[in-house]
Amino acid sequence: MSNAYNIEWKTSTNDTLSAKTKELVGTKTSDHPLKTTTVTERIPRRILGSQPSTGRTTPVSSPSALLEPLSTALEGVDPLTAFAIEEMDPLSKLAAEETDSRSNSDKKSDQRVEVDSWGAKKAAILSKYTTSEKISIVTSFLSDGEKVVVKAQSTAVDKIQHRLEQLDCIDEGSQTKLDLSQTEYVNRIEQLNRELVSAWNSEQRVKSLKIAIQCAKLLADTSVLRFYPSKFVLITDILDVFGQLVYNRLSTKTDSHKLGSKLAKLPEDFTPDMVSDSAKETCLNWFYKIASIRELVPRLYVEMALMKSYYFLSLSECQDALRRLTHMISGIGNPLVAVYARCYLCRVGSSLSNRIKNKQYLLQNFHRFLQSYQHLFSRSVKGELTQQKMSLSVYMSLFTPALDYMLQTVTLDSSDFLLDDLLERCRVHGNSSLILNTIMSAFKPTLISIRTLQFLEMIEHCLDQGIPLHSLLRTLGLCVSVAPPPFEHRRQILNIAWRHIASLKDVEEYIACAEPWVLYVVKYFSHREINTILGDIIEHIAPDRSYEQYYNQLKYIVENIVHNIQDFEALLVMDNFLPLIDLFQEESARVEVCKKILIGSNISVHVVNDPVVVNALMFLCSTLHDSVNALTPDDEYRQIGDILCHVIKVIDYGRDFEQQLTFYVEARGMFSNIDIVFVQLVQCVNALSVKTRQIVKGAHTRKTGDFVRACAAYCFITIPSIKSVKHRLRLYLLSGQVALFNQCLGQADACFKAGVSTISEIQSEKAQFPEAELVPYVKQFLSILLVVPDNPDCSVLNLTRSMLNVLQGYSWDNTASLISIYLSVIDMLSVMAQEWYPYHIDKVESNDSLYGSDKKFIAEINKICSVVISELMSKLQALGPCTKQSSFAVELFVKVAVRNELTNQLLVLALNLWNLAVKDGSLDKRYLIRTKDYLKHKSSSNNTRLQEIVEKME
Amino acid sequence: MSTSLDIRLKRADKVYREEENITGVIAITTASDLKHDGITLTVEGCVNLQLSSKNVGIIDAFYNSVKPIQLIGVTCEVSGSSRLPAGTTEIPFEVPLKPRANRVLYETYHGVYINISYAIRCDVKRSFLSKDLQKSQQFLVQYWPGRNPGPPPHIKDTNRSVPFKLSPTTLAAGGAGAPDFLLRGQLDGICCSVNRPFTGHVILEKCAAPVRSIELQLVRVETCGCAEGYAREATEIQNIQIGDGDIPTNVDIPIYMVFPRLFTCPTLITTNFKIEFEVNLVIVFHDDHLVTNNFPLILVRE
Repeated sequence: MSNAYNIEWKTSTNDTLSAKTKELVGTKTSDHPLKTTTVTERIPRRILGSQPSTGRTTPVSSPSALLEPLSTALEGVDPLTAFAIEEMDPLSKLAAEETDSRSNSDKKSDQRVEVDSWGAKKAAILSKYTTSEKISIVTSFLSDGEKVVVKAQSTAVDKIQHRLEQLDCIDEGSQTKLDLSQTEYVNRIEQLNRELVSAWNSEQRVKSLKIAIQCAKLLADTSVLRFYPSKFVLITDILDVFGQLVYNRLSTKTDSHKLGSKLAKLPEDFTPDMVSDSAKETCLNWFYKIASIRELVPRLYVEMALMKSYYFLSLSECQDALRRLTHMISGIGNPLVAVYARCYLCRVGSSLSNRIKNKQYLLQNFHRFLQSYQHLFSRSVKGELTQQKMSLSVYMSLFTPALDYMLQTVTLDSSDFLLDDLLERCRVHGNSSLILNTIMSAFKPTLISIRTLQFLEMIEHCLDQGIPLHSLLRTLGLCVSVAPPPFEHRRQILNIAWRHIASLKDVEEYIACAEPWVLYVVKYFSHREINTILGDIIEHIAPDRSYEQYYNQLKYIVENIVHNIQDFEALLVMDNFLPLIDLFQEESARVEVCKKILIGSNISVHVVNDPVVVNALMFLCSTLHDSVNALTPDDEYRQIGDILCHVIKVIDYGRDFEQQLTFYVEARGMFSNIDIVFVQLVQCVNALSVKTRQIVKGAHTRKTGDFVRACAAYCFITIPSIKSVKHRLRLYLLSGQVALFNQCLGQADACFKAGVSTISEIQSEKAQFPEAELVPYVKQFLSILLVVPDNPDCSVLNLTRSMLNVLQGYSWDNTASLISIYLSVIDMLSVMAQEWYPYHIDKVESNDSLYGSDKKFIAEINKICSVVISELMSKLQALGPCTKQSSFAVELFVKVAVRNELTNQLLVLALNLWNLAVKDGSLDKRYLIRTKDYLKHKSSSNNTRLQEIVEKME
Repeated sequence: MSTSLDIRLKRADKVYREEENITGVIAITTASDLKHDGITLTVEGCVNLQLSSKNVGIIDAFYNSVKPIQLIGVTCEVSGSSRLPAGTTEIPFEVPLKPRANRVLYETYHGVYINISYAIRCDVKRSFLSKDLQKSQQFLVQYWPGRNPGPPPHIKDTNRSVPFKLSPTTLAAGGAGAPDFLLRGQLDGICCSVNRPFTGHVILEKCAAPVRSIELQLVRVETCGCAEGYAREATEIQNIQIGDGDIPTNVDIPIYMVFPRLFTCPTLITTNFKIEFEVNLVIVFHDDHLVTNNFPLILVRE
């Protein structure tokens, strides 16, 4: 093919660069096309059925509108709640979401707090209170084949009587008692839930009421104490669903009746006079019906579930009912059942917090609990405990979720006075540990921590066997670590508290206690105290390798320290810190801890050069690095790589460059497994090399010269170890440039050569470095090659030739890539023939001054050009007629017209190319006209050949 | 079902008082033209008395049931014979609620031996070949608040709270078998309004054995007079638990009970029959031993 186009190329050496040497004026930009648009205005989302929105209703299509759905989806529900919702079955999820969306629509923040806190609690309770015992369930709905008795009901009275009969019938009817494991039990309860909703949807409202009653009845049964809190959560969910169903039904009954169209919904804060008579009557019927439930516990629970519906009757009824139920719960003999009933009452009450202004009932509930506090130690409780082989302290811990929640609702707007009052009551009950614990976890930590000494004293005098000492200390520790106690008490508090903690014999108790208190120490004390405490911890948990079971807690401790310490370096040099890390013997735990420390250090560390700290950091890093093996997941691998890179960047010896390089050498030895670290190291060394040059301002002394050569050598021998071809290519080019910049010609030459030979390697890994990336890379390479002086040991333009060889040997997927590269090669070679190159590297003599436009040199260039252009022509022809071909043809035409001294042969070629391009017709006409104008302008300066072309151009 | 007849009362709760007008519509839906010989509306109300088989023989109980006492019986013609077009025809009506001479409209009540009920009935007479249409709709009668017919004479002084105290010594049976206990309490009044709950509280001050349950039993006492004398029957209406399990001592536990509709009415004493109510406070101990205290109530409509 090349024979067909045997073209003689003669590079023109005059004035071709006149256009290029012109200085271009830069203008500063204020915007970047890739920058994300910042939202300056938020358009409120319109919520249907809530307050009448007066604002804009149709969002303008702006970025904010695009972002809005996402951000609103994330609003309101915190991840935990969302998680909890996910774990629910679809039905209760629906109901929960409904309540959520309702609460979202009203902007009261306290309500949101309520929803969040209960949602989070729910998940915690379900995971904490589990059992392996058999739970019995008594029910008549689960066994299949329930006879539905449908009688002809002629009169209303008959109907009611029949319904009451039905109610009775479940009391004595075909009930079965089943013994179930916990998961089976949970499934059964879910089944009941579905049963209830499907009964409701198929208009069997009495049946769904019966199911609700039966569910509530389960709450009176404490035969498996340990599971009771979880049971409470599961069953109250069903009751919530039931309450919501009744409420929705009543409100739709009103909607369609009074407000005419079905779309008009009852507003959230409706008044009874907006309710239709029939809805009122139905509502009244519901309450009459539940008032006749025989047993106390189900009656109370079902009434609480329907609490919200009282608003259909009157505005004050709900408030009265809350107060009444608060009293009626005292009739429940079992203290555990009673306290959870109170908890549900508070929950129902606070879900209506936007309507109920008087919150007195919340506190009253707590006081009522205190009133019957002694009942916790009564004979029947003792009997139950011995029967179930449960200790009093475990029993008491069952109360905590309910009590905590109750007191939290009270303390939402609490005062100091209330706390003092409760403490006084607590003292009356012999410093009851249960009450103390509840108070500490419910009140705001700030209120607790200013009374820390008082609490410590009360804890010391705690008489009962309830919540154990370590739990109390832990709760208190959580408070003080969040809110600082008065400055003058801090040391005394620590002394007292730690005396108790240190005396704990059981390691589990000890570590649970130590965890929050370490945070306290880290926050408010100096390194000396931290060191001492860490020493104490090691002393406690080191014997018998007992630490092996407490990796999680230890992890928290380390994490807390790392996140809260002011001076990270001081931590690393601490006597007891690394020994603590040493305790993590298990590989995975150890790696995780190291990761946590190093990530934590990101925040606080800027520059590190202390040898001890560096040593410690390197120790942690090497732990991480050594954990990497063939099975490590990609993500983990990348994460570790990032961490190591960060550490490498952080360590900086300032102007001690030798030391810095030594460190890099060491690092290379240590972190040989991770590619990205090597990349980072090469970049760092290159940066170091450039920094050196800047300091000596280009004039290297012998010493600095040796140093930069060492740097170049470092790069040259490090790059081959990098697995990624892409990085290797880029780094070869970069290192070559840096070496050239530092006048290390030999090293630069070696780098470029290696780079060129790497290009041929990537053929096997095209996915990593696609041609689309390769083309600009090669072009960049070419522009560097322009200023690289020829190696005297090799032939003229050795690098360029080998580059061309590699390109030719490369198996291109797309000929267009090669053509566009060849066009650039022609550009580059034509510039190479100029007397003075448009750019140089400071203190490096390029080929222009080496050869001084020697005839032989020019001839050499022309020879290469000729080969390239004939290659080009054959490729162009192979491309066949298409838009691409014509656009390349124009480009080549311009190059031929401008870059060489037009011989006759080339003149014909140029015109042919032009005609080819014009004939196609798919090119931008204006571009062609401009090209023509340009050439016309150029030819005006006595270039006869060019004039000839211009004349012949159509 | 080509034609249907329905009576729709205007009030959703269907409660009417003496001298009020019962208003509503008669709705007749028919697929084709309906020819009829007249539409009449009848308001009826009566007391049905039945003798318990315990007091008289089973045959007697069947035959000797006392004749119903009719309290109201009004018939009026809505329309003479005419033709109704296809579709739904609604005929509004308004009937004054007035008792027959010398009778009083007692409140609606459904008991075991005594029933007081009211209904409004619509008849559509048709020609010889077609069946007549009939529809009956129950409605409820209540007294005007405060206007109870013949309240018992001692009502004035029973409107006060009633304290009580229960212990083995106060028991009629001498307390044999009962554990040592002391229960104090108070009823907020034994003359109660039927539309308000029955309230009070109890405090268990001490108890040697655990309590299983504290319950309120609402009892109706129905008395029917007849030729051979009278029959008095007490039956349970409902049983409500107020204390469940081993209740804590020295904590006040509220007594709270809602009187069920239809099954309770203001206490009624007439020459032929009596309807009275009582509440039993029942304490069940762990060994199923029962202690009961009876409180007669007077119910009124306020």
